[in-house]
Amino acid sequence: MDSDTLLARITDYTSRPNPYPLYAELREAGPVVRQADGGYLIGTYHEISALLHDPRMSADPRTRTTPSLSEETPKPPFLRLDDPEHHRLRTLAMRPFGPPHSPGRVDAMRGEIAHITGELIEALRDREQIDVVDDFAYPLPITVICRLMGVPREDESLFQRWTDAIVASADIGPGEDTTERNKAAMQARQEMGRYLVNLAEQRRDRPTGDMLSDFINEPDLALRLTVEELAETAILLFIAGHETTVNLITNGVLTLLRQPDQLDRLRREPRLLPQAVEELLRYEPPVHMRERIPLADIDVAGTTIPKGTSVVLALASGSRDPKPFHEPDRFDPTRPDNQHFGFGSGIHLCYGAPLARIEAEAALGALIPRLGTARLVQDPPPYRQNAMLRGPRHLPIHL
Amino acid sequence: MPGDDLKDGRIVIVGASLAGLRGAEALREEGFTGSLTVVGDEPYPPYDRPPLSKQVLLGQAPADTTGLPMRRDPDADWRLGVRATGVDPLGKRVVLDDGESLPFDRLLITTGTRARPWPNPEEAALDGVFTLRTRDDAGGLAKRLAAGPERVLVIGGGFTGSEIASACRERGLEVTVAERGPAPLVGALGGTLSKLAAVMQRNHGVDLRCGVTVTALRGDGNGRFTGADLSDGGRIDADVCVVALGAVRNVEWLAESGLAAGPRGIACDAGCRAFNMYGIVTDDVFVAGDVSRFPHPLFGYQMLSLEHWGNAVAQAEVAAHNMVSPGPLRRPHLTLPTFWSTQFGLNIKSVGVPTFSDHVVIAQGSLEARRLAMVYGYQGRVTAAVTVDMAKSLDYYRHLIEAAAPFPPPPGAADRAIAADIAIPSDVPDPKGLSHGPTVALTGYLPDRRLTVVQPTG
Repeated sequence: MDSDTLLARITDYTSRPNPYPLYAELREAGPVVRQADGGYLIGTYHEISALLHDPRMSADPRTRTTPSLSEETPKPPFLRLDDPEHHRLRTLAMRPFGPPHSPGRVDAMRGEIAHITGELIEALRDREQIDVVDDFAYPLPITVICRLMGVPREDESLFQRWTDAIVASADIGPGEDTTERNKAAMQARQEMGRYLVNLAEQRRDRPTGDMLSDFINEPDLALRLTVEELAETAILLFIAGHETTVNLITNGVLTLLRQPDQLDRLRREPRLLPQAVEELLRYEPPVHMRERIPLADIDVAGTTIPKGTSVVLALASGSRDPKPFHEPDRFDPTRPDNQHFGFGSGIHLCYGAPLARIEAEAALGALIPRLGTARLVQDPPPYRQNAMLRGPRHLPIHL
Repeated sequence: MPGDDLKDGRIVIVGASLAGLRGAEALREEGFTGSLTVVGDEPYPPYDRPPLSKQVLLGQAPADTTGLPMRRDPDADWRLGVRATGVDPLGKRVVLDDGESLPFDRLLITTGTRARPWPNPEEAALDGVFTLRTRDDAGGLAKRLAAGPERVLVIGGGFTGSEIASACRERGLEVTVAERGPAPLVGALGGTLSKLAAVMQRNHGVDLRCGVTVTALRGDGNGRFTGADLSDGGRIDADVCVVALGAVRNVEWLAESGLAAGPRGIACDAGCRAFNMYGIVTDDVFVAGDVSRFPHPLFGYQMLSLEHWGNAVAQAEVAAHNMVSPGPLRRPHLTLPTFWSTQFGLNIKSVGVPTFSDHVVIAQGSLEARRLAMVYGYQGRVTAAVTVDMAKSLDYYRHLIEAAAPFPPPPGAADRAIAADIAIPSDVPDPKGLSHGPTVALTGYLPDRRLTVVQPTG
């Protein structure tokens, strides 16, 4: 088939259960593969790595001219901004979350994460069939991010609806009409932003030990986010802080149930778990693609990509590239030197990676001993629509 | 005689620090099953040195807690607290100061460097005068700093001197830095960044004196350091003095060995095999780490001399591989020089050889923002980059250096500096006029680039 339809075929819903053969086709056709709509698709490890570190590659959708943007795009959150503005906002957002200002924050969550995990496991007792997503992989990270940021779990019906709308519009796909999707997302952003800012306002001068309290009570005015920045940043941290982790945990259970020998091995050697999480991030990552736009004409492996053109980096394909990874299609928890793209790379390297690692280790560590006789009810399971943030919608298993 | 492919037999490593340990581990990783002896003149197992001028001086970690983790047990006979005094190349033996001699089939030399001492031994012996290289140095200095001295005098504004000054300020101690050159770090980073370094020091309350030399250290008659005289006629009253005048290669013990060992290190080929004094390569003596000098194709095959943590690891691994592999399977050591420093709240990282340059541009960020990427060029190609609080950009420039990309680098960076196209002279001074070394230096054949000073000390 023509390589200029690869992105369309990858994002087609029927490819969701197994996009990996298409990634192999992409690497074969590559490294730089032009798409019918004028954009480019790249799936080889070294080219992706170079572009993720290239300061001429913009993450800001407003710099795109081909394919042209259908409507006015508002200022995005720092995930899709460039330096120096990205650096300023990310640094401010990092102050209550990680080093150098809050080096102990994530580590201090370990006890709480173990406790939540324990409660969820306890609730599975005596059940024959469970849905890994709804009964475990979703409740854990959403509870953690609610406590970390200071969002009441009771408001789930609100933020789940907003999250779904915003995540849907963040997907990648060629040539589809995204007007309706974007309108819904814009609406959800406004409502969710107001909601989160309001929560923060309630904590002004009455901090409750969470990140919204820290943001609103920052004593140095120069380091305090504006209301708009607080809204955008809080939405980003809240959504990115749980959505991808759900998929990471679910993909972990799915991968291990498909490979009973590896499940057995991890049951016998739990010390391999941290490495197994890294391998999972390579083998079945929650984030499959990111978009970048060159700010100047750039040369990639002999192809000149014009300024302003959409370039989709297939991170999940790069992590399966046989050049850096020996037997890339094998899940190997002892793989050495595993420098995968599971958290991206370069200046946008995942902000929440330390938290995601702890949550995935805790979740899989608690589940693995319970999966002795478990089997998949449905393989492949039903997937979410999203091609970029790929993962099962449900994962029914028999215990 | 063993063949090229040495899997058993006897290997001796002289030097029990980072390169020695990584070399020993790598030999076992490569399948070497013979006898392995590691000789080290310090009484301690291998330990890490970068924290000695940072966390240890800040009191965050005791000096005896920086032991290097082992990747695997190298199953070696550790001869610690013993000094090697010579090599008999014909008899293939290393001679030790306790009279013993160790026979070898292959020898790996990783003796590194030591701190350049204060030239006047009597003044150097004053109580309160330190150098900083070893765990004992750091432990003693940290104790003095914790006791709250009135003022610390640091002689030399290189990386070590600057990090010591930074630690002093972080502890709230008054500190004077005396540097013979025009600014701190100028020998390693050139003119522009050295000006930023000077501003950072002064903003953090360092009493920075450039263009002066310390002419004498004074004592109180009871052998205690009390201050120093400066070449501009000034005097500094201080109760602690740290001499940070750069490093001296530990090569004296090889004087009779016939190896090409001199003040710039031991010359070796790209495969880490030592040259003898006639320029003939040996096949049983290998060199790695700070004590080596090796040719690099990206820098005109000039001999590179590095004082870098990462180089010690990478070169030891290549040396170990080549020591036990037959000729055609041997690998060259081609790693790009990389180093980092933390001082005055800034993270400084470097890739390539900044001193191998004629011009620089600020490609990203700005001096005002204290966050930037500076790119170094030599005759129209990129040869180095230094980032200040912008470490994630370094890989991009590493790639440009490896690809010998044109200088200045292509435009288009999102956070591109206003003057990104305007190259200014890199302004790397002759180290003869400095109190500090470049930490990465070309020591090779170009006569106009004299980047090593020999200062006789005895």
